[in-house]
Amino acid sequence: MVELLHRLVRSPQGAIGLSLVVLVLLLALFGPALAPHNPEALGVLRRYKPPSVDHWLGTDQLGRDILSRLLVGARATVLLALLATLLGTLAGAVLGTASAFLGGKADEAIMRTVDAVMALPSLLMSLLIVSAMGRGAENAVLAIAITFTPGMARITRSVALAVRRQDYVNAAVARGEGALYIVIREMLPNVVAPIVVEMSIRVAFAVMLFATLSFLGLGAQPPSSEWGLMVSEARRFMHLSPWMILWPSIAIALVAVGFNLLGDGLRDALNPRT
Amino acid sequence: MSGRYLLRRFGLILYTLLVVSVIVFGITQVLPADAAVMLMGENATPEQLAALRARLGLDDAVWVQYLHWLGGVVRGDFGVSMTSGLDVLPTIVESLSRSLLLAVLSILLMLVVALPLGILAAVRRGGAVDIGLGLVSYLGVSFPEFVTATLGILLFADLLGWLPATGYVPLLEDPVQAVRHLVLPVATVSLILIAHVSRMVRSEVVDALHTDYVRAARLKGLPEGLVLRRHALRNALLPTITIVALDVGYVLGGIIVVEEIFAIPGIGRQLIVAVQNRDLPMIQAAALVLAATYCVMNLLADLTYAALDKRIQYG
Repeated sequence: MVELLHRLVRSPQGAIGLSLVVLVLLLALFGPALAPHNPEALGVLRRYKPPSVDHWLGTDQLGRDILSRLLVGARATVLLALLATLLGTLAGAVLGTASAFLGGKADEAIMRTVDAVMALPSLLMSLLIVSAMGRGAENAVLAIAITFTPGMARITRSVALAVRRQDYVNAAVARGEGALYIVIREMLPNVVAPIVVEMSIRVAFAVMLFATLSFLGLGAQPPSSEWGLMVSEARRFMHLSPWMILWPSIAIALVAVGFNLLGDGLRDALNPRT
Repeated sequence: MSGRYLLRRFGLILYTLLVVSVIVFGITQVLPADAAVMLMGENATPEQLAALRARLGLDDAVWVQYLHWLGGVVRGDFGVSMTSGLDVLPTIVESLSRSLLLAVLSILLMLVVALPLGILAAVRRGGAVDIGLGLVSYLGVSFPEFVTATLGILLFADLLGWLPATGYVPLLEDPVQAVRHLVLPVATVSLILIAHVSRMVRSEVVDALHTDYVRAARLKGLPEGLVLRRHALRNALLPTITIVALDVGYVLGGIIVVEEIFAIPGIGRQLIVAVQNRDLPMIQAAALVLAATYCVMNLLADLTYAALDKRIQYG
């Protein structure tokens, strides 16, 4: 683990990605405590203000402090996207492992169906699910998790099948180890790595998808300061203050860049041969 | 490419569409909306509602309703829109044509930009173009379409005033205005594609430049340009077809967002409006058509790939 971290930090992608992600996670955890103002405090006299000493990132159409709203909204945006990815990965891992374990006709049927589900573009899929369950942040999280499940199932299955054929697994079988021992001690550690890489890239995608759903009015609802929702609300006041759009946009992109870099860095660190 | 392979591919597409139709129908069944109330309004008497439910078959078992709906779809009858009262099919066909224009232009722009960029970055590996492309493509895949579109409107429409912010003008009515209205939407959809595909092209070309046949071509004294064109690129660009086909999913997702933001009356906007109004037949038709488009694109890509690469024999 320590060695992995060492290798990760040695590549520029890994180092920048890791620091960005750690920073974002810290801000998401401690955001409300760090916020300089009350994110809901209205101020008629300080609406549409550009960045200033008192309000570092300016104020919005109701005179609320944008920095404070971003810091509080980090939870809604980043932590919920993480949760969605985690749920989708778990469900996909169970399905993929089951498919690889069952093999034969069942495997074929599950995988063809997974392929078929993946023919629905992910935004369309989550849009349909949210519209069925009703708009709202919790439902958007579930929708993204369900949308991610088939893709993660596919990856888990292919990794599990590849690992099953490795010599060290055959060796364990030849030694007469039990099935449980083989799955937990020999297969699982080698299955986890590629899934973690895929997961960290998917978090970037989940942040973008979640913000998009909120932007379309189907995810987080006002007065939440979820970043996609902030962009959506700021659009109407574009000609009064471009800052209101700029900051949440930059925040979304920074988080996505961070997780993308971390994912690529992890992939390189886990495959030391290249 | 044998007949058996084609048959199998078509079978898979049919299965895919069947699964998609079950998902779409299943999801729209969960929607907390009573179709009879939607059609007749809140003031209808219980007797009127019951009569309409019986006529629409809403009291039948779910699978009977599904088969009934599927039977209609196969015959090209997607039902009647609950908001406009018009047949769904003509609306879908009309809006699909606008969306396809947007999609095709975006993919063309992507190819024109991403291919040369990726090749240049691979040939001058480690150079300024390569490093620049690496940075830009990380940024490109990290901006969701709604952010790119909003920032584009902010910069080019609001601050600079070069382009119209939103709206749609038919190409035949006023070509100049139509193109001006299409610039930002097309650029938005293609940005994320350019970022993704150019990086893929780069890595394919880098791999091809390290193969034995390229070394052999160099050793027999061919000029570098010829080595690149005749040997490396021919092999490197084939997998690009598959990547582009898989990215069509992103294109379709991007189109939904972009049409909503720029108020383009395409199939994506149709879908969002239908979701907001809980217009079930319209949601079902739009989702099914989008999924079918994706399947057909992937099939075309596979067939093109097989036709271009003589080594591949699908059995």
